[in-house]
Amino acid sequence: MTPSQAMRFAILQFPASNCDQDCVHALRVLGAQAKLVWHKDTTLGEVDAVIVPGGFSYGDALRCGAIARFSPVMQAVSRFADNGGLVLGICNGFQILCEAGLLPGALIRNRDLRFHCEQVFLKTANFETPFTSGIRRDGVPIRIPIAHGEGCYFADASTLERLQAQRQILWQYCDAQGAVTESANPNGSLLNIAGIANDRFNVAGLMPHPDRAVEAILGTEDGRSILTSMISALETRRTQSAAAA
Amino acid sequence: MLPEICFTSIEKLSHSIPSPGLPGFVSAAMKAKLVITPKKAVLDPQGKTVANALEHMGYAGVTGVRMGKYIEIDLAPGTSAADADKALNEAAVRFLTNPVIEDYRLEIVE
Repeated sequence: MTPSQAMRFAILQFPASNCDQDCVHALRVLGAQAKLVWHKDTTLGEVDAVIVPGGFSYGDALRCGAIARFSPVMQAVSRFADNGGLVLGICNGFQILCEAGLLPGALIRNRDLRFHCEQVFLKTANFETPFTSGIRRDGVPIRIPIAHGEGCYFADASTLERLQAQRQILWQYCDAQGAVTESANPNGSLLNIAGIANDRFNVAGLMPHPDRAVEAILGTEDGRSILTSMISALETRRTQSAAAA
Repeated sequence: MLPEICFTSIEKLSHSIPSPGLPGFVSAAMKAKLVITPKKAVLDPQGKTVANALEHMGYAGVTGVRMGKYIEIDLAPGTSAADADKALNEAAVRFLTNPVIEDYRLEIVE
């Protein structure tokens, strides 16, 4: 794909974001364009998708993501999402999207009070979304790293029921065979939830880092299929809107 | 939808608490005290660990510990308690607490 056709990603940058460059690198490896957007910017520019990256925005003061979500750029992200734009939050980005109300629930302190930095296995629970359509469907879980102290997903009972009924749970922590078990749950997340989408399936968040898993030299390339799912979904959208025009 | 506020409006929120503006008017400094606790349904591993430690130390009769946060906010002298209460309850719901996981108690004291 030539640069003029490549999908354009905005990677948000807050004070103490630390995976912004990882996201830029991963997307460029996958042939997409990526640019950083400073949190004080009030517009995103001409982009096809937004990634809210990992890190420790504002030093996790008050609650993870609580301050970042009031940054001016988040109003632009909210408008972008309202218009159907694809938004993915990774790790601290997931926490920010939950704090902003763009995704339901909250991320709280890990059950064992420890920071977990390790590879985990993920079962994809819904393949019919722009974030998951390209993930392998042979029952083999994908392996992606996590690095967080506050990744325990919580939502009240009625929200969890709705997430299940509407198939908004995208990824669950599982063992190497793909079984969703208590011992495969690194942080105490309810229903082993590692990532979810909103009810329109254009906004998603996950604690694991696909951005750190796109090159074999880093131990796993399984993160590719999440990002390439987004790129494919955007290509389909572009083809469809070109056909309609 | 995100509410239409950002940093500047958070700053304005504190400025919106009216002061009497009377020359020479002096009154006691006021404080707002905000106690934030995790909701009952929310896992509180810190509280559980502290409860276990108390038990091991021999403090009998402790049946549970919930660990939360305490925020003390200084208010300009002469601030109306009613106005401060209204503004800070709003700030508590929008920003200072996450209603998905936390409950809070706000107290305005002189």
